[in-house]
Amino acid sequence: MSFEIDKVAELARIRLREEEKRKLQADLDAILRYVEKLRSVQTEGVEPTSHVLNVENVYRQDKVKAHEIRDEVLDHAPQREDNFFKVPKVVER
Amino acid sequence: MAENTANQNLFQLTLREARDLIKKEGSEALLKSLNARIESVNPKINAVVRFDPAKYNPGKGSGPLANVPISFKDNICIHGRETTCASKILAGHVPPYDATVVDKLKRAGAHIYAQCNMDEFAFGSSCETSTYGPTRNPWNTEYVPGGSSGGSAAAVASDMAIAALGSDTGGSIRQPAALCGVVGLKPTYGRVSRYGLIAFGSSFDQIGPLTKTVEDSALLLNVLAGHDERDSTSLEQPVPDYTESLGRDVKGMRIGLPKEYFDAEGIDPEVEKSVRAGADLLKKKGAELVTVSLPHTEYAVAVYYIVAVAEASSNLGRFDGVQYGARTKAQDLKTMYLETRDAGFGEEAKRRILLGTFVLSAGYYDAYYLQGQKVRTLVREDFEAAFKEVDLLLGPTSPTAAFKIGEKAQDPLAMYLSDILTIPANLSGIPAISIPCGLTSRGLPIGLQLMAAPFDEAKIFTAAYALEQEIGMYKQRPKL
Repeated sequence: MSFEIDKVAELARIRLREEEKRKLQADLDAILRYVEKLRSVQTEGVEPTSHVLNVENVYRQDKVKAHEIRDEVLDHAPQREDNFFKVPKVVER
Repeated sequence: MAENTANQNLFQLTLREARDLIKKEGSEALLKSLNARIESVNPKINAVVRFDPAKYNPGKGSGPLANVPISFKDNICIHGRETTCASKILAGHVPPYDATVVDKLKRAGAHIYAQCNMDEFAFGSSCETSTYGPTRNPWNTEYVPGGSSGGSAAAVASDMAIAALGSDTGGSIRQPAALCGVVGLKPTYGRVSRYGLIAFGSSFDQIGPLTKTVEDSALLLNVLAGHDERDSTSLEQPVPDYTESLGRDVKGMRIGLPKEYFDAEGIDPEVEKSVRAGADLLKKKGAELVTVSLPHTEYAVAVYYIVAVAEASSNLGRFDGVQYGARTKAQDLKTMYLETRDAGFGEEAKRRILLGTFVLSAGYYDAYYLQGQKVRTLVREDFEAAFKEVDLLLGPTSPTAAFKIGEKAQDPLAMYLSDILTIPANLSGIPAISIPCGLTSRGLPIGLQLMAAPFDEAKIFTAAYALEQEIGMYKQRPKL
């Protein structure tokens, strides 16, 4: 099977340059051929792993807590305006 | 102490020795020695990426590790210090908070010291994918230090760090520890909080120590282990004093040798011989050796390169130029994402994000991701069965000693296969350590791995310490 690199790159929101596509395509095809070996493993009735240890979920109190680092977090963004992260416009008016 | 000639080599101290010295005399002399060591050795090794002794002076710490300098892999957030995962996309990222492990070390009085090189986003087994350039193996600078915590391992091995933290998703603490001749521990999944560790594979990642000795590893785990309400995967298990396991008798311990770890294709005979000699030392001390089988070992790498990359592609979705790190300016939002992620991620990061996106995409999920998670269950069940029979499993950490810089860089699959013996412990969440057990004929370190059932780190320390004392590799230093 061949890796549909343009479609996947679009889903992953990565622009690939033409010169890197060929190498990535070949690598990904080889990796997919390698992982094909899993198809031969008999897994009927086997539960997929959802947690590596056999543990029960633990709940905590859902309490609001103060965080005093809001400004530090916002200042750290590539672009800030007031209390928002600023990005290029999304919707055309 | 100034007149003491031993003073020249204070950088060689172990964590325990450094702690004891600092208690008596303060950390000034040690820091001076360590700073000078970095200045002279790092240009050759490139293990330390950020280090500013003038700016980050030790505090007046008190506690079990008072003023002991500890170094960090560059994916562990330190408040106020740039932390980038060795990636361009996080250039200028200065975390507004401390990772829990940093917080715990600060509370123990430790001096938050240098930051170490790594493969970009911990994607690699050779420390060659870093945006800061490759780290070199202190035992031979033409060779890789292993990865992804290659900077932490090389810094400890070359005495540029007293001890360092790393993270292990598929072997990223143990494999570089093996290749650099130091001790590297991956604790049980959930033993140490990952809060503030920049995530790679959330069902695999664990933080752990890279140290000069097993005792230092136990001392650090004492500080790092425990439940943290900010990491919901950390577990409420009691934390024993791990140093109490050191020096316990190994007599009567049952040690399993998984035949797949010795027969696997690509195991260097020199590595096999050295690791078997290590097993025999435990037998001489009264442990019982048993051959066991972990039949699904051969599928571990394939499972890992489906499930871990799926998690990575999801975790790395957050690097989009909005909240932190680098942004490539663009006219609209989607172009900004595309351009930022193209400019910010290196080749291996792109490869893994693409692969992970693919295995999670509509039409392929069942065949790849779901089947991967089912085979993962079979790998885990192999270990569960084995630990009904034995206390510990023993085998090589890596099939070979260090390989040359550039040797596998163009062949991702060959690189992935170098983790064949470390990945199974991550798939299963179990703790594992690598300790040095010898040198190859070329003078490169060989690592021996011990694995235990979940939360059995104490048993690992007992056997690892006994072996370390017999082998005595910790007394050897690379010539630099």
